[in-house]
Amino acid sequence: MSGGGGPSLMDSLFQRTLDDLIKGIRLHLPGAAQSSFISKSLDEIRREIKSTDSQTKATALQKLTYLHSLHGIDMSWAAFHAVELTSSPSFLHKKTGYLAASLSFRPSMDVLLLLTNQLRKDLSSTNQHEVSLALECLSVICTPDFARDLTPDIFTLLSGKNFIRKKAIACLLMVFSQYPDAVRVCFKRLVDNLESADNAQTLAATVGVFCELASKEPRSYLPLAPEFYRILVDSRNNWVLIKVLKIFAHLAKLEPRLAKKVVEPICDHMKRSEAKSLVFECVRAIVSSFYEFEFAVKLAVAKIREFLLDSDLNLRYLGLQGLLLVAPNHLWAVLENKEVVIKSLSDVDRNIKLEALRLVMSMVSDDNVVEICRVLIGYALKSDPEFCNEILRSMLSTCSRNVYEIVIDFDWYVSLLAEMARIPHCQNGEEIEFQLIDIGMRVKDVRPELVRAGRDLLIDPALLGNPFIHRILSAAAWVSGEYVKFSRNPFEIMEALLQPRTNLLPPSIRSVYIHSTFKVLSFCLHSFLLPGKGVNSSRSNFVDIEPGFTYSESEQEFTETDHATSSSGFNKRDTFTQEAVVNMLTLVITSLTPLAESHDVEIQERVRNVLGLAQLAQQEISCNHDQKEKMVDKVDLKTSIIIRLINDALSEDFGPVSLSAQERVPVPNGLVLEENLSKLDSICADVQLSISESFSLVKPILLPTDGDSVSNQQNEEDSETSPAESMSLLAEHRKRHGLFYLPSDHNKNASSSFPPANDPNQRDNDVEDLVKLTDESLVLKRKPGSNRPRPVVVKLDEGERLPITVKKTDENDDLISGAVRDVLLGNEASLHSSNPSGRRKGESHSKDKVENFETGNSSKRRSKHRNHGKYVEDKEENSEKSKKKSGGRHKARRRADGGIDVAVQKQVIPDFLL
Amino acid sequence: MIHFVLLISRQGKVRLTKWYSPYSQKERSKVIRELSGTILSRGPKLCNFVEWRGLKVVYKRYASLYFCMCINQEDNELEILEIIHHYVEILDRYFGSVCELDLIFNFHKAYYILDEVLIAGELQESSKKTVARLVATQDSLVEAAKEEANSISNIIAQATK
Repeated sequence: MSGGGGPSLMDSLFQRTLDDLIKGIRLHLPGAAQSSFISKSLDEIRREIKSTDSQTKATALQKLTYLHSLHGIDMSWAAFHAVELTSSPSFLHKKTGYLAASLSFRPSMDVLLLLTNQLRKDLSSTNQHEVSLALECLSVICTPDFARDLTPDIFTLLSGKNFIRKKAIACLLMVFSQYPDAVRVCFKRLVDNLESADNAQTLAATVGVFCELASKEPRSYLPLAPEFYRILVDSRNNWVLIKVLKIFAHLAKLEPRLAKKVVEPICDHMKRSEAKSLVFECVRAIVSSFYEFEFAVKLAVAKIREFLLDSDLNLRYLGLQGLLLVAPNHLWAVLENKEVVIKSLSDVDRNIKLEALRLVMSMVSDDNVVEICRVLIGYALKSDPEFCNEILRSMLSTCSRNVYEIVIDFDWYVSLLAEMARIPHCQNGEEIEFQLIDIGMRVKDVRPELVRAGRDLLIDPALLGNPFIHRILSAAAWVSGEYVKFSRNPFEIMEALLQPRTNLLPPSIRSVYIHSTFKVLSFCLHSFLLPGKGVNSSRSNFVDIEPGFTYSESEQEFTETDHATSSSGFNKRDTFTQEAVVNMLTLVITSLTPLAESHDVEIQERVRNVLGLAQLAQQEISCNHDQKEKMVDKVDLKTSIIIRLINDALSEDFGPVSLSAQERVPVPNGLVLEENLSKLDSICADVQLSISESFSLVKPILLPTDGDSVSNQQNEEDSETSPAESMSLLAEHRKRHGLFYLPSDHNKNASSSFPPANDPNQRDNDVEDLVKLTDESLVLKRKPGSNRPRPVVVKLDEGERLPITVKKTDENDDLISGAVRDVLLGNEASLHSSNPSGRRKGESHSKDKVENFETGNSSKRRSKHRNHGKYVEDKEENSEKSKKKSGGRHKARRRADGGIDVAVQKQVIPDFLL
Repeated sequence: MIHFVLLISRQGKVRLTKWYSPYSQKERSKVIRELSGTILSRGPKLCNFVEWRGLKVVYKRYASLYFCMCINQEDNELEILEIIHHYVEILDRYFGSVCELDLIFNFHKAYYILDEVLIAGELQESSKKTVARLVATQDSLVEAAKEEANSISNIIAQATK
């Protein structure tokens, strides 16, 4: 009897059974009582599991498995005991051991090594239920080692009894993915199972494996198309048909001739079948891979319609999904069913609403975006907060797609963004903030409207109370400061920026406000002190009154961007009276002085900047005020000089920055980029969010190597100076975007006709509205109004979009498909064909592995060698068989021998299929 | 393929979990928490599909239990509903109008039956009769093993070891 912590006989006799454990857990209330009971039981289990009596051990393990799978208790420590039990002669204990293993083992466990032998023993057991246990366990916990060592055993099972064979086949998928070389051994047998139609279950399992394999790398399985075709036509088993359809959906994309051949039988199934699952699979296959066949799509859309009109919510959901799949290629199908789609927007089920929303968004084009957004906004106002935000999010992402591709009228879009900000549940502040600033930088013509919208947002004290839109206010403040020259009344903006309720803002946003104050202040002072330099010069430039007037280069840029304001017709000189400026200075000083002692460094620093300027100006201007009659030349004041400098600094335009700009900066000598900064990461984690916005505003001019974006930027600016150049640029634009551009100064009159983003009168009947609008505007032809000039949107080179990371197929998949091709095409083909380097690498890699496999393990694993030899024989036999069977395939292979890889793949489709 | 199977009671208690794709223990508990939250909060008479982290969860409620299976976006939802129903019918036949308590006290049997229905995340047997027969045979094997273990001679052998 083992002493110490070991279990006694009494322990074994009075062990708690599984039932006792479960009852105990149920007796204790969830929470502390239950968890203390569980930990007490765990202590018992720890003791019992060490017992030499396998019954006691098995019960303990079973209890532990229960706790693990349903209460998430860790049981990795008991892995060894589970392995021990799998080798028990008693079926009961073996089963318990395997259950524990398959539920709890991880690939990283050392104990797995101990299981290999037991698995091999059970796989070759005469008791088929033991084989089944081993296969099930293997299918869950398969590792590369298991797969390598057990491949021969599984290979023999592939032609065994049906009950075992189907499990072995299903297991192959795991084995292949862990050890691609197993393909070479087992693939032929797998294909044979495809041909033997004697048992539905093995066929289903085989097709299942191919379905998974083909979803990863379809090309390799094209040669098997005839077999799949036979199954598609002959089989009456819906489970199998669904999988075969999936396989064909993958294959048809690669081989148009195949698609032509297969589309008929698929339509037959679609017409004939009673099973909705099969019908839907047919529909899905047709609309995703056979969308070029008009008759098939029509049939599929008819089926979708049946689904949409069904009372079963599941079918309605799938119907909408079907439509979503059709939409990219056949928008008419969506239009035909638009009433249903729109009705679904008000469905009880959120999932259905979401699908409907996606569909509505898929209908959006530059012709109807205005109307659709108007109705959706009305819709968002009535929906629950969650769905409301979903609507807003999808509108934002649709409209901003491809640098606002579908937005023609940016004035409208800006007012839409402002409208969104006012929706009470709006939680998309961050995105709206980004877009407001982004548009401001990209689209020059929209800046006046942007400032107007920003002013409306800033001036509303109620908005400051809603933390969700603080981010938007930050954007509004930035825009109003940066583009203050377009403002009708800068003093008003100043008041808005300094209103008392701004103390509700978080410091990061408040500092944006203060910085904008600074910009507005310097603009006002500039306009007041140096009126000739700012407004007049631009007018002279524009209307050409004073041709002899000269000005410095830096101002030229500034004044040119200014023409929209000056041409809008109000006289700034009247606005900037001495009294107004003095009042403003007083306001700035009184409201900001308390903040000079702020705890937030950012605020404090900016406030001091503003105050410094304001106090200086106040001194000089008010002293000037006293001696009104003497009117010193304002240009000579100290303030004027400073203001001129500040204004010069501020007048430079911000532009969008290419995402790849950073990459183009050469790495300075001595800078180690790969240095491990993981520590820094944890330090900065909480800071990062707030600094992101200051990064996005880097001036493109400052990037020395960002040549493209600079020239692009300048091009856009030049386009407004010299007509000849601008014409050529426009032509280029037209060529690139297929849109009709007019010179941008016509923009003013055109943009006045945009409809309000959200007309309160029309809010109530949106469903009818949307139906109506789809009637009117979803027609695919362009509306007459659509040739309104679209303002220039600054786009950078390709690099602006996120760098497309070429998705490399998993190396394993590569290896699998490489091996599959080798097996299917015979080895000669793969040796002679000049493969793309990637595959060749994969092959040589796997060949090496085979060699290892043969030399390294030869002493230990003789049995496998025997099998291996058998496999080679078997394979030769098989290939002979297949040669006899289809001369066409043989011929194809011959031809392929000399050709390149692509040719090999194309020609392996035997002609009798086509 | 099916990534995992979950049985959750209406109170949010887990009754069975089977994972066909690799998930660490931490991920497993997170998945269970997330999904039981979303699925249990859905009202009755809604559709049986939930999109979740780029995958799809098909669930169906039988009495007090929610049967959930997670599949890829492009897999067939209706097929999975049929598989769930298939499994429930087999359980029902095995236990004789199955209830939650049957599954609680026979959790291992629920696993064994599931293992005859699914393997490697795929349906392996579409005939209820076959599954019933297989499970019955295994039960008889287990019974035989139990009898042997409980025979007096065995107990004496154990005690005197």
